[in-house]
Amino acid sequence: MNDLIQIVSDNWLLLLVGQYPNGPLGGLACTLILSVLGIALAFPLSVLIALARISRFALLRWPAAALVYAARGIPLLLIILWVYFLVPMLIGSNISGFTTMVVTLVIYEAAFLAEIVRAGIEALPKGQMEAARALGLSYPGAMLYVILPQALYNMLPSMLSQFVSTIKETTLGYVINVHELTFAASQVNNQLLTKPFHVYFILAVIYFIVCWSLTEVTERLERRITTRRQGGGRAQVRSAQAPSLSGARP
Amino acid sequence: MKDFNLLALLLNPEFSAMLLSGLKVTLLVALGSWTLAMLLAVILVAVRLMPNRTAQRVVEAYVSYHRNIPTLVQMMLWYFGIASLLPDALQAWLAENQAEAVFAVVALGLCQAAYFSEDLRSGFRAVAPGQTEAARALGHSYVGAMRHVLMPQAVRNAIPALVNHSVSLFKNSSLAMAIGAAELTHAVKEMETRTFRAFEAYLIATVIYLLISLLIMAVGHWVERRSDLSSVGAR
Repeated sequence: MNDLIQIVSDNWLLLLVGQYPNGPLGGLACTLILSVLGIALAFPLSVLIALARISRFALLRWPAAALVYAARGIPLLLIILWVYFLVPMLIGSNISGFTTMVVTLVIYEAAFLAEIVRAGIEALPKGQMEAARALGLSYPGAMLYVILPQALYNMLPSMLSQFVSTIKETTLGYVINVHELTFAASQVNNQLLTKPFHVYFILAVIYFIVCWSLTEVTERLERRITTRRQGGGRAQVRSAQAPSLSGARP
Repeated sequence: MKDFNLLALLLNPEFSAMLLSGLKVTLLVALGSWTLAMLLAVILVAVRLMPNRTAQRVVEAYVSYHRNIPTLVQMMLWYFGIASLLPDALQAWLAENQAEAVFAVVALGLCQAAYFSEDLRSGFRAVAPGQTEAARALGHSYVGAMRHVLMPQAVRNAIPALVNHSVSLFKNSSLAMAIGAAELTHAVKEMETRTFRAFEAYLIATVIYLLISLLIMAVGHWVERRSDLSSVGAR
């Protein structure tokens, strides 16, 4: 236990911001910046991909579906290797590990967020679109003012839990030497050499605190949105479910 | 970049051997950890459904721990950390027997068990409550009711989620590369370093991963349709 406290008090700054004023920003700060950038840049892209997935035009539907299946079927690590190799070739100059990681996360998360957005749109009653069109809105107008605001609001919890996944995925930056939290911990481990269990245990605890608190927020948000969607009345919900349960019996 | 030449890698006996052994390690790690995860998940969910508050809390903590810590960190904790606490004789034995792959299986299996057990639990929640009571009334013990009545229905409900998590388990087997296991990603990285044929090397790995992932999804859909009982009554 004393060892744990000793390691934390000696290295907390490295774990928090890396070698910051004297070097690149790293540690937990870098992890969080990577995740926020990844999700924030992926979000607008994901809405476009989701709209392409449900489009009437096969020319839009197919590439979007291919992208989603590729992201679901290829390990993130391999996508990182691809980006690291392909992007410098396309833009003609080398890119840092940090940029590689941001680009990878944007591609990967856009595909996953797109599926969340699509599920949100498809979960809305069909009447919403029909009513919007009947009121004279065009298809883009109905999407923008009626469908998307509701779908995105309902999907907030799923998006937040995707953010937690993103935080966990930034650890892969370690493989290409991005100076994030896992990298900082392995630096500490290389200095100490004799206390690997202590160092990686501390690393696990830090991730746990960050991700667990966000998961708690997500769950709270989810409960709140569910009650609001159902008009706030619990009694209504029960009576709505009761017949379907007994009806499910063979 | 050199001219595109896939055969330069595939026909080279050394590289094709490297690729095959990498694929073997990937499949072994994935299958090993899948089996471990499934067995553990069944136990976890059975314990969680017991009417014992302490047991439930322990499983909740287990699930929360494994879901909120990155898989790579769990793997590093096992390989660098927990391994160093083991007795020396065991450490020496592991070092000779692909310790990287063994710890990858343990870490992935324990981690994925948390996800599988949550999938199964949602599956259980969708089973009508009368089923338990009926099974107990017919004289089944708790374990018997679980095994013959509840588990089959719960698993059926959970299949889509289990398939998704099986795919991500397969993809996560590539993380074993970070602790030095000679699996598929490791093999193509090695081929790339030696030949500078990054495009060809990554393409081979991408095709293999994608095919196996799509195969898992397809098998999942097939099992889902096979086990769908909604049409049985009509027949």
